[in-house]
Amino acid sequence: MKTKKDVIFGLYGDEQDLLKAVKAANDMQLEIMDVYSPFPVHGLDPLLGLKESRLHIAGFFYGLTGTLIAFLGMSWIFTKDWPIIFGGKPYWSVPAFIPITFEMTVLLAGIGMTISFFVVSGLGPGVENDILHDRITDDKFCLAFDKAEVDTAKVKGLFKETAAEEVHEKIVKA
Amino acid sequence: MIAPISRIRQPLVHGNKSYHNITEDLVAPTEKAPSLSWVMVFLLSVVLLMFGVFSVYWTIYIGIGTWNLNRTINWGWDITNFVWWIGIGHAGTLISAILLLFRQKWRTGVNRAAEAMTIFAVMCAGLFPLIHMGRIWNGFFIMPYLNTRGPLWVNFNSPLLWDVFAISTYLTISLLFWYTGLVPDLATIRDRATGFRKKVYSFFSFGWTGAAKHWQRWEYLSLVLAGLATPLVLSVHTIVSFDFATSVIPGWHTTIFPPYFVAGAVFSGFAMVQTLMLISRKILHLEDYITLNHIESMNKVILTTGSIVGVAYLTELFISWYSGYVYEQFAFFNRAMGPYWWSYFGMMFANVVSPQLFWSRKMRRSIGWTFFLSILINIGMWFERFVIIVSTLARDYLPSSWSMYSPSWVEIGIYLGTFGLFFTLFLTFTRVAPVIAIAEVKHILKTAGDQYTGENAEKHK
Repeated sequence: MKTKKDVIFGLYGDEQDLLKAVKAANDMQLEIMDVYSPFPVHGLDPLLGLKESRLHIAGFFYGLTGTLIAFLGMSWIFTKDWPIIFGGKPYWSVPAFIPITFEMTVLLAGIGMTISFFVVSGLGPGVENDILHDRITDDKFCLAFDKAEVDTAKVKGLFKETAAEEVHEKIVKA
Repeated sequence: MIAPISRIRQPLVHGNKSYHNITEDLVAPTEKAPSLSWVMVFLLSVVLLMFGVFSVYWTIYIGIGTWNLNRTINWGWDITNFVWWIGIGHAGTLISAILLLFRQKWRTGVNRAAEAMTIFAVMCAGLFPLIHMGRIWNGFFIMPYLNTRGPLWVNFNSPLLWDVFAISTYLTISLLFWYTGLVPDLATIRDRATGFRKKVYSFFSFGWTGAAKHWQRWEYLSLVLAGLATPLVLSVHTIVSFDFATSVIPGWHTTIFPPYFVAGAVFSGFAMVQTLMLISRKILHLEDYITLNHIESMNKVILTTGSIVGVAYLTELFISWYSGYVYEQFAFFNRAMGPYWWSYFGMMFANVVSPQLFWSRKMRRSIGWTFFLSILINIGMWFERFVIIVSTLARDYLPSSWSMYSPSWVEIGIYLGTFGLFFTLFLTFTRVAPVIAIAEVKHILKTAGDQYTGENAEKHK
C-alpha cells in the first residue's frame, strides 16, 4: 500500500476553462486523479465519469427505518405493553400516530444521510486532508493528476495548451 | 455550461465581483477585530442573557408560582413566547429548503443567516415548555424510553408530545442542513487562516477539499434534505397549532389553525430575517450581496403570508358568527371587545393592515419602511399569540372564574433573556462564520452577477 502520492496539478481561474481542460485531458486519455473547485461545477460529473450518488437511496431506507420504529413501536406500546384508553378512543388509534411517525421518518432520514455523506466522503470533525492549494476554496479550479499514472510531459503539455494559470507539484497522503 | 441569462432579471450580486472578491468580502467580518457597535450590542445582549438566566434560575428555585399565571389563565407569556419564537424559526428552513426546490436564486444571499436565525430561535422557543414543566429535573420523562416505573409510557396521542418530536426533529434537521452548507465555507476561512485559527477551522471544516465527488454528494444531500425539510417546516407549526386546535376550548377548537399558524409563522419569520439582514448588511457592508432585489422578494413573501393571515382572521370571525354557536361567538366577541381588546386591534393593525403597504413597489424597496414594518409585524405576531392564548383563557366557561393576567418581572425577565440568548448567538455567529453562503453565491455569480445580467447580458453571449 502506497502512503504517498506525487501529484501534479494545474489551476484555472474560471470553470469554463476547467471544463475545457478536463475535456482535453479526456481526449488525450490522461487519467485524471481528481478535480477540485470552490463550488459545484455543473457539467463536470459526466466528463469525469462520476456515477450518480446513491445517497438518496440510503436516505429512503433510513427514513423507512424511522417510519417503522415509530409506527410499530407506538402500536406495540398502546396495544400490547401499555393499553390505555385516552378520550374513549381505540387502543390502536392510527391517525394520532401519524405526526410522530412522520417526524421520526424525517429525523432518521436526515441524520442517516448526513452521517453517510461525511463518512463516505472521508470527512469528519478533525479530519485533516492534504490541501493541494489554498486558493481552491477561494477562486481557483484545480485539475490534478497522479504522476504515477500519467506521463508528466504530456500533462505539462496539456496545461500549457489549455492555458492553466499555475502548475504545481506536491506530494500528498495517498 | 452557462445557464441561459435573462435580460430582464435583476442582478443579485452587484459591484462587478470576481470569485476572489466574493471570498474577500464575505470572509472579512470574521477576520477583522469587531467594531465598537458590535461590541456594544454584544455586551447588551449578554446582560439581557444574564438577566434571563437569573429569571430562569428564580423560576426553578422558587417555582412557577413566581409567574402570574392562575387557575383560569394557565398559559401566559411562556407559551405566547414559545409560539412566537418557533414561528420566527420558520423562515430559515423555508428560505433554504422550499426556495431551493423552487430554484429561487435570491435565497443564496440570505439563506445562511436565516438558517442560523432559525436554529437560535428554536433554542429560545424550546426553553419555554421546558421550564413550564415546573420540575425541569424530571424533564427527561417526556422521552419514551424503557423504564423501571412499570411499563409506563408517554401519551403518544397527545399533541404536546407531538410537539416534543416535531421541535426536536426540526432543530436537528435545521442544524444538519445549516452545518453541511457551512462546511465548504469554513474550509474557505481555513485556507486563508494561519496559526491557531487555522487549527480551529481545520477541525470544524471536516477536512473539506472541494473534490468533484464531494461536491456532487453535497448537492444531492442539500436537495434531499430540502425535500425532507419542506414538509417538516409545514408540519412543525401545524403540530404547534394542534396544541390548541385539538383542545375543546372555544376559540381554539378550529380546523383553520394549521394553515393559519403556518402562514403566520412564515410571516413573522421573514419579518425577523428582514430586521436582522437590514442591520447585518449595513454593519458588515454586504450591500452588494443583499440587494434591494432580495429585500423586495422577501417583502413579497411578507405581503402574501400577511394577507393569508388576514384572510384567516376574517374567516375565523365569520365562521364563529355563522356557526350559530353562542360560546364560539362569545369567544370572538370577547377577543375584539373584551378586556384585552387592545391586543386584538394591535394584532389586526400590525399583521393585516400594515403589510398591505407592500403592494407599492416603492414601499417594498424602501429600507426604512421595510425595517419599521418588519418590527411592527413581529410585535403584531406576538399579539396574535397573546390574543389566542390569554384573552381566550381569561373568559372561560364560568363567569365566577373569569380572571385577568399580567406578567411578573420573572416572566418579563425570561422573555428579555431569550432576546439576549438570540442576539448573543447571532452576533457570535457573524464573527466566526460567513453570514452569506460563499460557495452558493459564487455558484450563481455567472447568472446573477451585475456584469452578466441586464444590458450586460449581450456581452457574454
